[in-house]
Amino acid sequence: MLKIEDLTVEVNGKNLLHDVNLEVKKGYTNVLFGPNGAGKSALMRTIMGFSEYRVVKGRILFNGEDITGLSVDERARLGLGIMMQRPPDMSGIKLRDLVKVLSKGQRDPEALAENLDMKRFLDRDVNVGFSGGEIKRSELLQLAVQSPSLYLLDEPESGVDLVSIEQVGMTIKGLLEEGLDCPGESCKKGKSALIITHTGQILDYVKADRGFILCNGTIMCSGNPLKMLEEIKSRGYEECIKCRLIK
Amino acid sequence: MQTDQVNLKKRAESAAEKKAAFGEDFKLDRFEEGSRVSKPIEDLQTLDEESKKTLLQVGVVPSEEGRSGSLLVLDNAVSHSSLRDKNVELMSTQKALKKYEWLKEYSWKLVAVDTDKYTAKTYLENADGYFIRAPAGKKSSLPVQTCLLLGSNKVFQTVHNIVVVEEGASLDIITGCTAKKGVEEGLHLGISEMYVKKGATLNFTMIHNWAEQIGVRPRTVVHVEEGGTYVSNYICLKPVRSVQMYPTVKLEGEGAVTRLNTIAIAHSGSELDLGSRAIFDASGTKAELISRTITIGGRIIARGEMIGNAKGAKGHLECKGLVLTDKGSQLAIPILEANVDDIELTHEAAVGKIAKDQVEYLMARGLTEDEAVGMIVRGFLDVGIRGIPEELRKEIENTIAQTAFGM
Ligand SMILES: Nc1ncnc2c1ncn2[C@@H]1O[C@H](COP(=O)(O)OP(=O)(O)OP(=O)(O)O)[C@@H](O)[C@H]1O
Ligand SMILES: [Mg+2]
Repeated sequence: MLKIEDLTVEVNGKNLLHDVNLEVKKGYTNVLFGPNGAGKSALMRTIMGFSEYRVVKGRILFNGEDITGLSVDERARLGLGIMMQRPPDMSGIKLRDLVKVLSKGQRDPEALAENLDMKRFLDRDVNVGFSGGEIKRSELLQLAVQSPSLYLLDEPESGVDLVSIEQVGMTIKGLLEEGLDCPGESCKKGKSALIITHTGQILDYVKADRGFILCNGTIMCSGNPLKMLEEIKSRGYEECIKCRLIK
Repeated sequence: MQTDQVNLKKRAESAAEKKAAFGEDFKLDRFEEGSRVSKPIEDLQTLDEESKKTLLQVGVVPSEEGRSGSLLVLDNAVSHSSLRDKNVELMSTQKALKKYEWLKEYSWKLVAVDTDKYTAKTYLENADGYFIRAPAGKKSSLPVQTCLLLGSNKVFQTVHNIVVVEEGASLDIITGCTAKKGVEEGLHLGISEMYVKKGATLNFTMIHNWAEQIGVRPRTVVHVEEGGTYVSNYICLKPVRSVQMYPTVKLEGEGAVTRLNTIAIAHSGSELDLGSRAIFDASGTKAELISRTITIGGRIIARGEMIGNAKGAKGHLECKGLVLTDKGSQLAIPILEANVDDIELTHEAAVGKIAKDQVEYLMARGLTEDEAVGMIVRGFLDVGIRGIPEELRKEIENTIAQTAFGM
C-alpha cells in the first residue's frame, strides 16, 4: 500500500531525513517509534506532501504509484489522510462548516460529532483555542468524514485524558476496521495505518503489526512493535542505534 | 438662528475648494448635478428586473419583505418612501426638517460643513436624504432599508441623512449604496449624522456596490450617549474607483459602546481608504474596531484611530489584510492616543499573504487549492462581521458568497 524507498528530505536546506525505507502493507497497522526530534512528524508530513518538505532523493509509492511529485490534495484524493500533531489555527472556519464541506453535505455534522463528544465544538473555529485532547478529537472527526484508506496518525493519544483515551482509541479502532468483512487474525481487508506513538497506549485498542524506530533522521530497525515498546521502555533507544551499527 | 444659517453658508463657501485630508481629489465640476426630481416610484417591485437585482445585491429587498420601511434616493431625489411599522419614523430629510422644527438642532451639528469640499458641496446643494427616527422605548423588530442609487452617468449625488434613536429605543438599518447597470462613472457624497440616545441601540449595516469609475466620499459622525450602543458593519466587495471615508463615533455618555466592522475587497484599479475612529469622551466607554480586507490587485489603506479622553475607557483595534496578488497593496495605519491615565487601548495589525500551512491543511482533507483558498478567505471576512444580529449576518454572508468570488 505504502512504500518508502531511500527517502532523503530537506527543510529550508537543512537535512531532516535520510535514506528512509519503510513499508505499510494493505490492511496493516504499523507503528513508528523514536525520540523527540528524530523526524517522525517530518516523515509523516512528507508522506502527505506538505510543500515545505523537499524530497531530494528517493520516492514514495502508494498502491504502486509514485506519488513523490503529487500535491497534498491529489494524495488526499488517492486515499491518504493525516492526523497532525500540531495543526494550524483556522480562524474564521467553523468545525461545522468544515465537516459539511468535507462530507459534501452528505453527512450530518451533529451525528458525527456526537460519537466523539465534539458537538460543543462544532461552532468553534477549527483548532483555535482547542486543548490538546480537543485537537485530537477534531482531527479524528475530520478523518472520519474523509475516510482515507491509509491513516497517518501522529501521536493520537498524546494529551488525551485517561477517560477520553478509551473513546479516541475505540474510534480509531472503528475507523481502521471499516470495510472489514471477515473477522480473524489473517484477514487483512480493513484500512491501513502508520501510527506515531511514544507511550504505546493506542496499542491497547488497535492491533499493531510491525514497528519501526526512527533515530537521527533514519530508520534504525524494525520488528515486533510490542517487543520494541518493551525494549524502549526498559532501555531507551540505545539498543536500536547499536542494532543498526552492527548490521 | 438666521445668523447660524448665514455662518454655515459662509463656512461652506470658504471650504468649496478644500481638499479632503485623504484620498484622490475629485474635481466636482467634472460631474453634473444629479437630478433633483424623479418620478415617484410607488412600489419597488415595479422597477425593471435589472434594477431589482442591483438593489438585492446591496441588501435592499424590492418586495420589502422582512423590512419595516424603505426609502430610495435616486441621484438627488427621494423617489420612494414607505413605512410598515409604526414603531419607527421614516421620511426624506427635507420633509422632516419642514415637519420638525427641533430637527435643526441635529442637522450639520456632528459633521462640520467645512470638513472638505464634499461636505461643503452637500451643504450648499441643500441635499436631501433619509431621516429615520426610533421614538423613545420603541423597538422595530425588522430593519429599515434605504438605498442610495446613482442612476445616471457622470453625475454627482449629494445625500444628507439624519438618524435619531431616542432613549431606550432600538433600530436596525440596512443601507445599500449602488449604481444602476451602465452607470460607470460618477461621484457619491453622503453625509450621515446619527444620534444614539441614552440606553439606545443602533445597528447600521452599509453595503457598497459601485462601478469601476465611481468615487465615493461618505462622511459619517455618530454621537452615542450613556449606555448607548452603536454597531456598524461596512461591506465593500466589488470594484470601485475610490472610496475614502473615516466614520467617527463619539462616545459621549458613561458606558457607551461601539463596534465597527469593515470588510472589503480591493479589485485591480480600486483604492479603498477605509478608516474607523472612536473618541472616548466619557468614563467606562468601550470600542472595538475590526477590519478585514483583501486585495486582489487594488490598494487598501486601513486606518484606525482611538482617542481616549476619559478614565476607564477600553478599546481594541484590529486591522488584518490579505494580499492575494503581487499587484495589490495593503497599508495598515493604527493610531492610539491616551490623554488621561487608566485607559486601555490596544491594537493588532497584520498584512500579508494567506498562510500556506492553512491552505495545505484543507488540501490534506481533499479540497483543491482553490477551494481551500476560498474557504479561508470567506472565513477571514466572516470574522469581520461576527457578533451582529443573525438575520443581518445571513444576508451579508449571502452577499459575500454571491460577490466575493466573482473575482
Ligand atoms: N519547518 C522546519 N524548519 C526547521 N526545522 C524543522 C522543521 N520541521 C521540523 N524541524 C526539525 O526537524 C526535527 C524533527 O522534527 P519532527 O517534528 O519530525 O520530530 P518528531 O520526531 O516528530 O519529534 P516529537 O516526538 O517531539 O514530535 C526537529 O529537530 C525539528 O525542530
Ligand atoms: Mg512529532
